[in-house]
Amino acid sequence: MNNDSPPYAVEMENIVVRFPGVLANDHVNLTLKKGEIHALLGENGAGKSTLMNTLAGLYRPTSGTIKVFGEKVDFGSPGDAIEKGIGMVHQHFMLVPTQTVTENILLGLDEPRFFMHLLEYDKKVLALEEQYGLSVDPTAKIWQLSVGEQQRVEILKTLYRGANILILDEPTAVLAPQEIEEFMKNMRLMVDSGKSIIFISHKLHEVSEVADRVTVLRKGVVTAEGVSMEGLSKRDLAELMVGRTVVFAVKKKPQEAGDVVLAVDNVQAINNKGITALNGVSLDVRSGEILGIAGVSGNGQSELAEVITGLRECKGSIRVNGKEVANKPPIEAIKSGVSHVPEDRTRVGSAPTMSITENTIMKCYRLPPVGSGLRINYGTAEEIAEELKDEYDILAPSVNTEARKLSGGNLQKVILAREISSDPQLMIAVQPTRGLDVGAIESIQGLLLEQREAGTAILLISEELEELMALSDRIAVIYEGEIMGVVDAAEADVDEIGLMMTGAHAEDLV
Amino acid sequence: MARITVEKRVEDVPRWMPAATSIFAVVAAFVIVGIILKLMGGEPFTVAKFFWNATFGSWGTFSDTLVKATPLILVGLACTVAFTMKLWNIGAEGQFYMGAFFASLVVLIPIMPPDSPRILVILTMMVMGLIGGALWGFIPGFLKARFAVNEIITTLMLNYIAILWNNFWIFNKWSDAGFQMTPTFEKSAWLPRLSDLARQYSFFSGMTLHAGFIIALIATVVVWWILKYSKWGYEIKLIGDNKEAARYAGINITRNIILVFMFSGALAGLAGMIEISGVVHRLQERISSGYGFTGIIIAWLAKLNPFAVVLVSILFGALIVAGREIQPSGLSQLIQGIVLFMVISSEFFLRYQIKFVREEEPPTKGVQVA
Repeated sequence: MNNDSPPYAVEMENIVVRFPGVLANDHVNLTLKKGEIHALLGENGAGKSTLMNTLAGLYRPTSGTIKVFGEKVDFGSPGDAIEKGIGMVHQHFMLVPTQTVTENILLGLDEPRFFMHLLEYDKKVLALEEQYGLSVDPTAKIWQLSVGEQQRVEILKTLYRGANILILDEPTAVLAPQEIEEFMKNMRLMVDSGKSIIFISHKLHEVSEVADRVTVLRKGVVTAEGVSMEGLSKRDLAELMVGRTVVFAVKKKPQEAGDVVLAVDNVQAINNKGITALNGVSLDVRSGEILGIAGVSGNGQSELAEVITGLRECKGSIRVNGKEVANKPPIEAIKSGVSHVPEDRTRVGSAPTMSITENTIMKCYRLPPVGSGLRINYGTAEEIAEELKDEYDILAPSVNTEARKLSGGNLQKVILAREISSDPQLMIAVQPTRGLDVGAIESIQGLLLEQREAGTAILLISEELEELMALSDRIAVIYEGEIMGVVDAAEADVDEIGLMMTGAHAEDLV
Repeated sequence: MARITVEKRVEDVPRWMPAATSIFAVVAAFVIVGIILKLMGGEPFTVAKFFWNATFGSWGTFSDTLVKATPLILVGLACTVAFTMKLWNIGAEGQFYMGAFFASLVVLIPIMPPDSPRILVILTMMVMGLIGGALWGFIPGFLKARFAVNEIITTLMLNYIAILWNNFWIFNKWSDAGFQMTPTFEKSAWLPRLSDLARQYSFFSGMTLHAGFIIALIATVVVWWILKYSKWGYEIKLIGDNKEAARYAGINITRNIILVFMFSGALAGLAGMIEISGVVHRLQERISSGYGFTGIIIAWLAKLNPFAVVLVSILFGALIVAGREIQPSGLSQLIQGIVLFMVISSEFFLRYQIKFVREEEPPTKGVQVA
């Protein structure tokens, strides 16, 4: 290597990553300067993680070149990448809970060889911690640590292995606000001591706070390549990230909303990690109206759907047609006429090895005509499933086909068919079109509008802003468990909603 | 050049294939046992003939085989019910003992005078057996539903408690002259046997098959109906397939964990009662030779199909009977082990398919190696 060292730590050129049926990265360029924090921004599924997994040696790109410190590399495994000084901290930690911090850091290394010499290595770890301000007790067991501390251990692991280039995959997603602040400081400190960082995020304010440059991905394509953060507003970023795509011609008839069906009043709830997910949410949905919930994922949308359908405990009041359903078992919501298209259609919405018929009767097997006395009338159930299969155009060999054999779109149609055929008063639809192809999206959006015309109150939770704008009557924007404001969809401004999605209150935007 | 590759099956296997594979696996197991015998210097065909004669060869021996199959059917069903919901009840053994204990109380306390009508005594014993087993199922069910305690640990531990509990009463309170058994029960507590008919029909003389076998068959039909056609069966299957989806569908999972555990326990308890009332006619130590554990294997081999449980139980019953006749007696266990091994291995062929791939000739580069 010559004396004037190359300015770039990483150069990725024309990276293409193709999975069966998906083009995850389409000729993507990304350059990381030495000693900078480079943000990689994009929505869920934009291809950020894929690109970084390529750099970390987990995937091999279909085509394209990667240079590290000016040297062309071809990683066959994560080990090769680590050798070149690239360390990745994944969203899901890979730590052994019953072992100490030091033991986890040493795991898989050649040294120490036979005896652990833990005291000695504890000191080494401590020295490393002091250098980068990542304080955590080296002798503590992982299970005793907070999530933030565990993350520090993951970073220490990569630093201990000599990483100069750190890839942090949505590191703030698991942290509480105070921890995030601390984390930002640590990143600065690491950069000041010569490391280079790629920081994956979809939270705009964090990016604008900490990053030097930003690369934005949208649906696998770069929409901004290594732009300096100076002079970039959050508004610009939001536009780059969300973009404007062609909206399907959805015919929404003008319609007067009826009585209030769902009344949510000052609801608070915590998520699975014990962090506040809903912080005093109040909203109403009327019959014949679609209320859209906009927001970046992980801001309390899933939890909102769960508290209404009885799947999660909460504080506050939730009434459906005047009847309290909060903190009641899910059956109460079902009996009150609430139907639910869940976010996760395989984990929650369906039973994988049961047939289409058995999946369609999931909510109605208790009552006639399907249920009679102690037994289930499978003859009738099959007839109903056949009808729904025709009506909703579900593509499957027969109604006896197992749910796991269906494509995402067809499975979603089975779920929608089930939920709509229960003739609901209120419908909670969470990401109903996520991951589906254009045709399926169109038909599912059409079904939701039909329900609206039939007088159902619909709460539509989606990350697709265009979809919300096209389908909703009103849009409520949620951010960190709070409703930032509710706007009339007909007069809504995408930029305004984008800003609220990142934490601006509606009243501050005027 | 042909090469063999193993690929994951993408399409459904034909309907006949799972059953055919299992049967083939059992046959293969017997062939392997034969080869082992031959290698050990034995005469596989002589042994096979002996085996057949000792188990299915005559009505008398077939009756013995069915007697052994009876408790196996019931514990097999007990495990089938629990496993369908993915509840790992390893405690059929303990539930069996508790069923036997509770049923014996009818005679030992006594709850009914010994001269009560037979039908009444038997029915009471059945109810008590069901209650005893259900109670022993309720404990792990409640602990799991309420405190998320791992049912494998609790059911396993409760087995030992049940066995020792039994011993305590046999030695301490109801011992027959210091032996580890109670005095023989009055005839009113005996399940009717085929040999009871020997006076009218000499054909049945010496046949020990008792009415418990009929009860086991009735239980099979009941379990089959519940799992296949009832609302409850649907809930059990749905929870087993996807617990989250079941919760989302409004099913009370906590209650079902307890109920299914009690149902499973009750079936095993009924097996205990039948063994007491149909075979040993008293409460004693070691009434079960590990039936509860064999039940786990049976349910598994039968792929949780109640009717298949009956067939597998008869095969295993035959192995137990043959084990008493054949020396060394461990041969039966060897066969059991190999059958299990083969059937589990055969699952491989249902998930994967083996393909013979004809490879293109590799391009030759000048020198040909002869």
